[in-house]
Amino acid sequence: MASENPAANNSTTESPACGNATAKDRLTRREAMVRLLGLTAAGAGTAAAAVWLSKHSALPVSTTATDARRDHTVEANATLPEVVVLQGEDPRALVRRAFAELGGVGRFIARNDVVVLKPNIAWDRTPEQAANTNPDLVAEVVKQCVQAGAKRVIVTDVSCNDAERCFHRSGIAAAARGEGAEVILPDASRFREVNLGGEILQNWQVFGPFLEADKVINLPIAKQHDLTGATLGFKNWYGILGGERNRLHQQIHQSLVDLAAFMLPTLTLMDCYRVLLRNGPTGGNLEDVALHKTLVAGTDPVAVDAYVAKTYWNIDPDALPYLHLAERRGLGRADFSQVRSKFLQIT
Amino acid sequence: MVALRRASQVFFLLLFLFLLLRTEFRGTVGAGGDVRMHWPVRLFFELDPLAALGNALATHALYRGLLWSLIILLPVMFLGRFFCGWICPMGTLHHFFGNLKSESKRGKQGIEANRYKPWQRTKYVVLIVVLAAAVCGTGLVGWLDPFSLLVRSMGLSIFPGANYAANAALNALSHSSIGPVQAAGIGLHTAMTATVLNFKQPHFRQGIFLGLIFLILLAANLRVTRFWCRALCPLGALLGVASRWSILGLHKDAASCDKCNRCLLHCQGGDDPIGAVPWHKAECLMCMNCLDACPHQSLEFRFFRKEAEVVGPNLPRRKVLTGLVTGIAAVPLLRANTALGKSRDERLIRPPGALDETDFLAHCIRCGECMKVCPNNSLQPALTEGGLEGLWTPVLTPRIGYCEPSCVLCSEVCPTGAIWKLTPQEKGWVVGVGQDKAPSVRLGTAFYDHGRCLPWALATDCIVCQEWCPVSPKAIYLQEAEVVDADGNKKVLKQPHVDPSRCVGCGACEYACPLQEHPAVYVTSIGESRSPDSQILLTRKKGKAQS
Repeated sequence: MASENPAANNSTTESPACGNATAKDRLTRREAMVRLLGLTAAGAGTAAAAVWLSKHSALPVSTTATDARRDHTVEANATLPEVVVLQGEDPRALVRRAFAELGGVGRFIARNDVVVLKPNIAWDRTPEQAANTNPDLVAEVVKQCVQAGAKRVIVTDVSCNDAERCFHRSGIAAAARGEGAEVILPDASRFREVNLGGEILQNWQVFGPFLEADKVINLPIAKQHDLTGATLGFKNWYGILGGERNRLHQQIHQSLVDLAAFMLPTLTLMDCYRVLLRNGPTGGNLEDVALHKTLVAGTDPVAVDAYVAKTYWNIDPDALPYLHLAERRGLGRADFSQVRSKFLQIT
Repeated sequence: MVALRRASQVFFLLLFLFLLLRTEFRGTVGAGGDVRMHWPVRLFFELDPLAALGNALATHALYRGLLWSLIILLPVMFLGRFFCGWICPMGTLHHFFGNLKSESKRGKQGIEANRYKPWQRTKYVVLIVVLAAAVCGTGLVGWLDPFSLLVRSMGLSIFPGANYAANAALNALSHSSIGPVQAAGIGLHTAMTATVLNFKQPHFRQGIFLGLIFLILLAANLRVTRFWCRALCPLGALLGVASRWSILGLHKDAASCDKCNRCLLHCQGGDDPIGAVPWHKAECLMCMNCLDACPHQSLEFRFFRKEAEVVGPNLPRRKVLTGLVTGIAAVPLLRANTALGKSRDERLIRPPGALDETDFLAHCIRCGECMKVCPNNSLQPALTEGGLEGLWTPVLTPRIGYCEPSCVLCSEVCPTGAIWKLTPQEKGWVVGVGQDKAPSVRLGTAFYDHGRCLPWALATDCIVCQEWCPVSPKAIYLQEAEVVDADGNKKVLKQPHVDPSRCVGCGACEYACPLQEHPAVYVTSIGESRSPDSQILLTRKKGKAQS
């Protein structure tokens, strides 16, 4: 190869092939061609990449799920009550009985289901302060789901206060893990933007595990709240959202209904074991807590909220506009007297 | 011997990094549901004689663990500055970076750079300045204390940066469209989140500057090995002074030395281990490199030797006096402004348990432990809020994060008692049982900006602030008011008000306000319990809930 190209490795003594005295300072024709070809290729490549990129340059659009609505309800059964209200000493016994009365846990949980439980774990509070769902109640629901053959039982919430603190001081992390649940903290990287398809709520960040569930069970706790009088099952869905959810209060009733129409739970188990009657939803003072030792469980989330609001705060459905809005959306019935209900005292 | 030293250096550096990484709550709860630190994260400060001496001089007391620094100080008095060469994680980092010099700085230039230089005495002047300032009642020794500097730089800048980078990389992997890459990304992300990554990405004001200062100091090693340790470190200076009468020293066998300079090539302290010149005892870090490098075994560390040497700082009286005067003058000059008077910054909100401002400035060594541990990232290094003297002291910044009601971690990690040790019960915001007395710790008081607040100015429902208010009875109360919106419709809204006797100044309302870039409710320091001169009310309500 080298012999073919004497000019390239010419020494100063040898006269160059083309006979030009300045040739040693210049590229050979061959080298020049190669370089030009290379430059042309690189230039064309750059231009092609630029054209390709510019064609793909569009306003960044967040990817949202098209079929956003999550309907986890099970088939209605006219022989079973829609809401059961149970009172007794042991929260775990209340949960077991509630499942039994509503048709057995097998009615709600199928083998290999991924079940997500949504207790209220919003605040840095201990169980006695009744700002978060009772950990025993959560633990028993986990246990029932595991026994029903669920593949995974996930316990999660998007807390208001520091999540690690809320999950641990509420006692829920330990109690749920003890029964074999996966406890998932609201990790910032696991939110996805979803079109909630509501009247006022469209694109919002939703915490991933809620989007990947086969069944979702709502485990709210009943608390006083100054904006609406009480914060109940519907309000618990705030905790599936990320983003700037502090704006939701501005149209709270419509927000609540939009959220509830997006996320239809398999079942609602409302913790009324300890009820925070004042200074909610954070509480903190044991004097604000009333011991009612009650569980309100049902497949009609509207009726559950209506019953609890009336029972503990004497709020009529007319004073809670979201209940009527929800009824109009077909989410349940606001008039508790029309609902098949059952009251039980467990000794 | 060198291998042993390296093992020791690596061990203490890893220990330091581990403890700094664990300076956060990772979900283990002590008895009674209280959150505690499970590792002795203040260890290196407790072993730091400079922090102890500064604390003792400025406060006329020695805060809890600082007595442990005798474990370092006493052996150094007997044996010399082994701490710098064997234990100090800051020294180890500098040692490592000193080995990264370019080829051209390693040969002759390296030998010359490693000869003793008079400018190495600068650190003694620094020491005199900070100690003289400490006597006048300030903790600014921490600006230059090596652990303080290291925790501040790593904890507030390097670690958060690394956390961001790791999350970005792993997020990219876990959103990959290639199955195995995605699985690996998610797996790695989960594993790292459970062990080293922060649950929430921390952000710190001045982070870039704190990091740059640190990186520039590290980069100085590329010219002069351990420039920081030789020229600036006040702890090194203190230990150099303490080693004055130590009984262990470098024996040089003048007869066998042929001035090959190999010892100088590897010298860390710049203490002239080579023959025929006196050894500088206070500069030697006892790294033992020279012993290994010497081809004639003419160097040896011996007890009770008697040889020509330079002991102590060897500082001319003029320089001592300059240092003293600078240190003494510094405090009055720093305080000859408005930072401590009546016109102190309204946003100078200190963490719960913080001492009153003058005492706080005397105790605080600006190390950043409290900022590192704060679960809500609410403690930020001050720039001007506390005056120049308050640079890098912690300031609660509710817009970034509020003070978590049951949390006392900042008071638990504070090595000097600037944030006095508190229990959640003593903080008294919300803990377990019913409160029958007013909260004992208050950081300030919240106020409404009626021109921005939604129910006050914009005829819109809100009261998120009231929802978040953590005390019970709530310090935010509501009044119904009839307002008219832009369309002329009458509306009844709840408008929030602050009860100054209940407000603890935690900043949850400010944090939760939807008007996030300029909240309509904001906390200022007035009413803070640490400062009797900064109060609104003549008397404060006590007793139970009135509702």
